[in-house]
Amino acid sequence: MTDTLARKPYTPKVAVERLRQGDVGAWPVVGGLVAIAIVFSALNDRFLAPENLTNLALQMAATGTISLGIIMVLLLGEIDLSAGSVSGLCATIMTIMHVKQGWNPLAAILIALAAGAGIGLIHGLMFTKLRMPSFVVTLAGLMGWLGLLLFLLRQGGTINLPFTGFISKLSDTWLPSWLSWLLVAALVVVSGGSALLTRRLRLAAGLPVTPLWWLLVRTGGLAVLLAAGVVIMSADRGVPLLLIIFGALVVVFDLVLRHTAFGRHVYAVGGNAEAARRAGINVTRIRILAFMLASTLAAAGGILAASRLSAVNQQSGGSDILLMAIAAAVIGGTSLFGGRGRAYDALLGVLVIQSITSGMYLLSVDSSVRFMVTAAVLALAVAIDSLARRGAAQ
Amino acid sequence: MLSATGISKRYGAVQALDGASLHLRPGEVTALMGDNGAGKSTLVKAISGVVVPDEGTITLDGTPVRIANPHDAQALGVSTVYQDLALCENLDVVANLFLGTERRRWSLLRHIAMERATRDLLQQLDVRIRDIRVPVAMLSGGQRQSVAIARALIGEPRLVILDEPTAALGVEQTAQVLALIGRLRDRGLAVLVISHNLADVREVSDRVVVLRLGRNAGDFGTADTTQEEIVAAITGAGR
Repeated sequence: MTDTLARKPYTPKVAVERLRQGDVGAWPVVGGLVAIAIVFSALNDRFLAPENLTNLALQMAATGTISLGIIMVLLLGEIDLSAGSVSGLCATIMTIMHVKQGWNPLAAILIALAAGAGIGLIHGLMFTKLRMPSFVVTLAGLMGWLGLLLFLLRQGGTINLPFTGFISKLSDTWLPSWLSWLLVAALVVVSGGSALLTRRLRLAAGLPVTPLWWLLVRTGGLAVLLAAGVVIMSADRGVPLLLIIFGALVVVFDLVLRHTAFGRHVYAVGGNAEAARRAGINVTRIRILAFMLASTLAAAGGILAASRLSAVNQQSGGSDILLMAIAAAVIGGTSLFGGRGRAYDALLGVLVIQSITSGMYLLSVDSSVRFMVTAAVLALAVAIDSLARRGAAQ
Repeated sequence: MLSATGISKRYGAVQALDGASLHLRPGEVTALMGDNGAGKSTLVKAISGVVVPDEGTITLDGTPVRIANPHDAQALGVSTVYQDLALCENLDVVANLFLGTERRRWSLLRHIAMERATRDLLQQLDVRIRDIRVPVAMLSGGQRQSVAIARALIGEPRLVILDEPTAALGVEQTAQVLALIGRLRDRGLAVLVISHNLADVREVSDRVVVLRLGRNAGDFGTADTTQEEIVAAITGAGR
């Protein structure tokens, strides 16, 4: 009994074992982020300046939210290619309802999210009931919803949101410094406290626990990271509300995936759908819900993007948003083969992509180079994923 | 305890089962043997609710029961471990054991309660797994088989059906799984093992039921039967 009482997460032997088995965790991404920060700050001293980092936080939110939705379907081993078009379409629906129909902005946002959920329901039904491959369903969605977007925008092609309205304010609101610090304190206390509480409960139940010093290091690390973020962003305009919205979504979805039966079943279906079905899990329901969440989050991302632009136009949700969202999920560590990934991957992945974008922009590098660099990072991430999968299969 | 009498099943032109019978008792390991196509799987599927027989009755403790789907079978206390194990390799041992029957409070998973129950169950069964929080993909074949069998016990069944439990295992792991089957018997469960392997069957079973061409071809007490008699019943050479 005594030898099982201590769970040592990072003895070198266990780490090597896990690495070989394909459980590489977040370390490659974190390492990549550090490398990116070192390289770009060496090339341009404005890269790590508060203004640039705050802009980076603003740019992350929309793509990151879409990426979070992509993760929901990637966990099932499926794909959603329509997320970009859906984000643009739902943002357009919101804008038309608000600007042309004079709806209350909150009602307009809710109807846009509901439209996203409805679109996801259609995708999910086509995938599960008609048994169409998700690739084809959402490829049709990519074109079809873009068509609907262009149809809705046909007079003029652009609709502006009032600059001082609620929706535009979403991306132009900055937390006062005391509120930021209060949030940091609350996050650290809650996460550290729940870790300690879990440890005590596990001890009481006679289960192996993580060593206390490791919990303290982790909580301390979180505190340092959050505090650094607040210090840097307070030196500019403050912590943007947009970042808080995105961060809250990531935290909520992480908790749902790890602590609810729904989340557990998502992983089960992604790992072995037949086993999940035989265990009595309603696989169809899980799949439809995942597609609905993906499209709803895409709609949310579209709303955040429209808020930043204070307008929707024919390019809303277009160009490279979809590709960046998928790339972010995979770079963050979510497997394309299903069953492996976390909500935090959206945050980490989009941080990598936006850092590259921002760094290249500061160096006034042509966007052709930016695409090639991002592609290389994506290829590397998928290669790690594939190798990890092969390692796990052995 | 559970009896299947006069079970017949026809797939198109093929008569898979022709009046086969099987009687299972608590605390007894029954081995079901027979050549390929003898009807072993069909008979097991009839008991576990995967197929509905054309004729025949299944009784539980003397009362006739209707098993129309796997859910009915589970509700009656019949638990089946399929040959492909049906584990989610990306999930850990605890998650696999409670897959589909997660314990929760206010719709939140009760991680600690489930992990504790898993540990206790594996300890009772003397299944040794160093860390039950690692993904099943990292376990050996014998450990996976043990996890699959342990999972079959979560719903407190009365009958456990094992389909070729040792087919893909090495010598040492086979011994572990056979010992585990013995412990199921000691818990007072009725155990039905389908197997091709005479040596395993002789080691673990109390009784051997042989099917041939969809009919009963023999019912032996394992202890007082020679290997030759069983082989003869399987091949039909004795007739």
